[in-house]
Amino acid sequence: MKKIVGIFVVLLLVMLLTAWISPAFFSAYNIENLMRRSALFGIMGIGAAFVIMTGGIDLSIGSLICLVGCLTPWLVTQGFPVPLVLLAMLCLAIGAGGLHGWLVSRVRLQPFLVTLCGLFIYRGITRGLLADRTVGFGTEGTAWKFLGNGRIPITEQFGLPIPLVILILVAVGSGFLLRKTVWGRHLLAIGSNETAARHCGIDVDRVKTGAYLLCGFLAGVAGLLFVLDTGTAQPSNFGNFYELYAIAAAVLGGCSLRGGEGTILGVLIGATLVQVIRNSIVLIDPIPDSIEFAVIGGIILLAVIADETIRRRSA
Amino acid sequence: MTAAPAILEARCVSKAFGGVQALKEVSLSLGAGEIVAVIGENGAGKSTLLKILCGVYEADSGEVFCEGNPRRFLGIHDAMQQGIARIPQELELCESMTVAENLLLGREPTRGWGVIDEEPARQMARRALDRLGLDFPLDQPVSELGHGQRQLLSIVRSLDAEAQVLLLDEPTATLSPAETDVLLQTLRDLRESGSSLILITHRLAEVEAVADRVIVLRDGCHVGTLDRKEITRSAMVQGMVGRDLEPVIHPEPVSGGSALTLDKVTTAEHPDPISLQVNQGECVALAGLVGSGRSELLEAVFGLRPRQGLVHVGDRLLSPQCPVQSVEAGLCLIPEERAEQGLSLDQSVAENAALPGLYRQAGFAGFLKDGITQEVATRVVDHLNVQPPKLHVPIRDLSGGNQQKVVIGKWLDLDPSVLILDEPTRGVDVGAREEIHQRLRKCTADGKAILFASSEMEEIFAISDRIVVMAEGRVMGSCPTKEATEEWVMELATKAGLR
Repeated sequence: MKKIVGIFVVLLLVMLLTAWISPAFFSAYNIENLMRRSALFGIMGIGAAFVIMTGGIDLSIGSLICLVGCLTPWLVTQGFPVPLVLLAMLCLAIGAGGLHGWLVSRVRLQPFLVTLCGLFIYRGITRGLLADRTVGFGTEGTAWKFLGNGRIPITEQFGLPIPLVILILVAVGSGFLLRKTVWGRHLLAIGSNETAARHCGIDVDRVKTGAYLLCGFLAGVAGLLFVLDTGTAQPSNFGNFYELYAIAAAVLGGCSLRGGEGTILGVLIGATLVQVIRNSIVLIDPIPDSIEFAVIGGIILLAVIADETIRRRSA
Repeated sequence: MTAAPAILEARCVSKAFGGVQALKEVSLSLGAGEIVAVIGENGAGKSTLLKILCGVYEADSGEVFCEGNPRRFLGIHDAMQQGIARIPQELELCESMTVAENLLLGREPTRGWGVIDEEPARQMARRALDRLGLDFPLDQPVSELGHGQRQLLSIVRSLDAEAQVLLLDEPTATLSPAETDVLLQTLRDLRESGSSLILITHRLAEVEAVADRVIVLRDGCHVGTLDRKEITRSAMVQGMVGRDLEPVIHPEPVSGGSALTLDKVTTAEHPDPISLQVNQGECVALAGLVGSGRSELLEAVFGLRPRQGLVHVGDRLLSPQCPVQSVEAGLCLIPEERAEQGLSLDQSVAENAALPGLYRQAGFAGFLKDGITQEVATRVVDHLNVQPPKLHVPIRDLSGGNQQKVVIGKWLDLDPSVLILDEPTRGVDVGAREEIHQRLRKCTADGKAILFASSEMEEIFAISDRIVVMAEGRVMGSCPTKEATEEWVMELATKAGLR
């Protein structure tokens, strides 16, 4: 809980500072856009968090988003019906996640290696299939684009982005899964002490596979929403580095990379913080946009240092 | 034995690890409502036998029978469904989770669809704790419990799994006498209610107190069985080591100058200042109950946790929180948790033994000279009689006692002037304990100073020159061992709790 409060304070500070320097920050347009982007990152981040809570890692999220995001418009323009394509893409993402889980738990490969290979393979397949061409929906699929770019109007300028609504559903479901079900309890137990969990008769392999599967599924959902929002996707850069944003969101939100710790609310705040920082760099003129990665890296580093220092003081 | 088939039986089981034969054709049968104790030196194969009986390992040859039927367990889970539960030697709890969550792990009550039913869950956890008369708060994270409390918790968890057969691997190694009594009474109650138990322990008094039958193992072989009326201390010791033990010779302490001085040392956990002096050639024991702050004090002195106050090794003042400097000054700490703090289990005996001295042995720019590791390791293995004397097996495959010999030996090889030991022979059998004790006495005869914490009265009286009793982070009293009695120690150790 303390961690969440800490990161929430950081989020508020960054927001206020940005708004103070650039009044455009609190414009209805910017806030709505920020919410849309944060929602997408939040969905990925929750997926990453499930895996991190088992003590694992998923590096393949960005490439999986690329695979789903690029194949969707391509298949739609090939004439397949949109609902079928969306369903197929979700199944593909679940399959990929399940495969990671199987390789990690049954074949006993290290999560880092399995998902690193995933990172290369999915990006490579996508670029190969589409020969690096940018793909777009063109005139197809307009009826479904609201999922990514739709809004529920609140005032004339401001509306609630649909992805945010989807994020809320995902977050509530995930929170329930994590805190109220046996599966969630076992997930945390495995991250905390895998030997103990195994000796308590927990089916460790199944629970772990489930975490990777869920992560794949949420990456798939995020990929679909992304491409429905942007309308086009370029295989060589769509979703680039998104796995790192997702991991950053989870870690900033209080997930320990050693496993066993973390909350959904924390991940949401972490995802928002990552987005707000990206947004601030764009809005604040003296900071060149190209420095984005350095700023994000620096802020995460500071947050982790602060967290560790506070913990050591109180221990 | 009655004519009814044994609840659990092993027939001629054997098991080898990486060329080390841990068990050779051992048989054991357990009847209903019976407590069988398995005793033996370190490396005799006790834990291995237990792990075969509960599905952790599969025997290389031989068979396991459940109620007369041959069974091949597919794992712990499978054995648990047969009503066989093992209480492990090492703690197996999820630190970041609460007491209640840990107690119910793997058998949470649900409302269907995998949704946990909170209220019955809490009641189950509470009942389980009540059974042993423990009053831990259900929502307390396990990381905030002391070591002894955690041990009790992991026992409670296994007891509560409603197992018909319980396998206990040194359950009392870290418990205080009072906690041990509670546990032993629980074991008797379980026997009354028809459960069968197998107990591994190094404390022979416990065997005398509860066992119906004793199986003695030596070097992986079954060397004897003692029935209830034959169970005596000398019979057990003779069976285990194949000889009678010589009592420890108690040389007069060599009087020398001060080797280790603590001046008003305080830690975050224990704000009461502690001052203490250990002279060259002196062996000082810290006695006290689990949670009395001995481990914390020792770690603070060595520099592993923050402290206030002054610590001198000889004339040299140590900076706080700097173990590197402590080692340079001639201090070493042999930690309580062998597996977590003392060794890297997957590395070989040689790599472990040579680790502390590597930087001294290394040549220019830290390059390791050929054969250095080998040389150091050979010395350690020879000096402490590590069995088997193989340098290249992973240390994980050695028994607890032999692992401990490596932990102690790797530091002795650096020739420290002060040894700090936290539970120097925890989970170590009689024979190896004897060897370690003699080794430590030899260190003091050479003028080294020793400060150690122990929960075993026998050990404290066997090797110390002076006893310092701690309770709740404070020094309650101090007395030369020759003039001290066990009653005096217990009285002081339990005093603070009555406040």
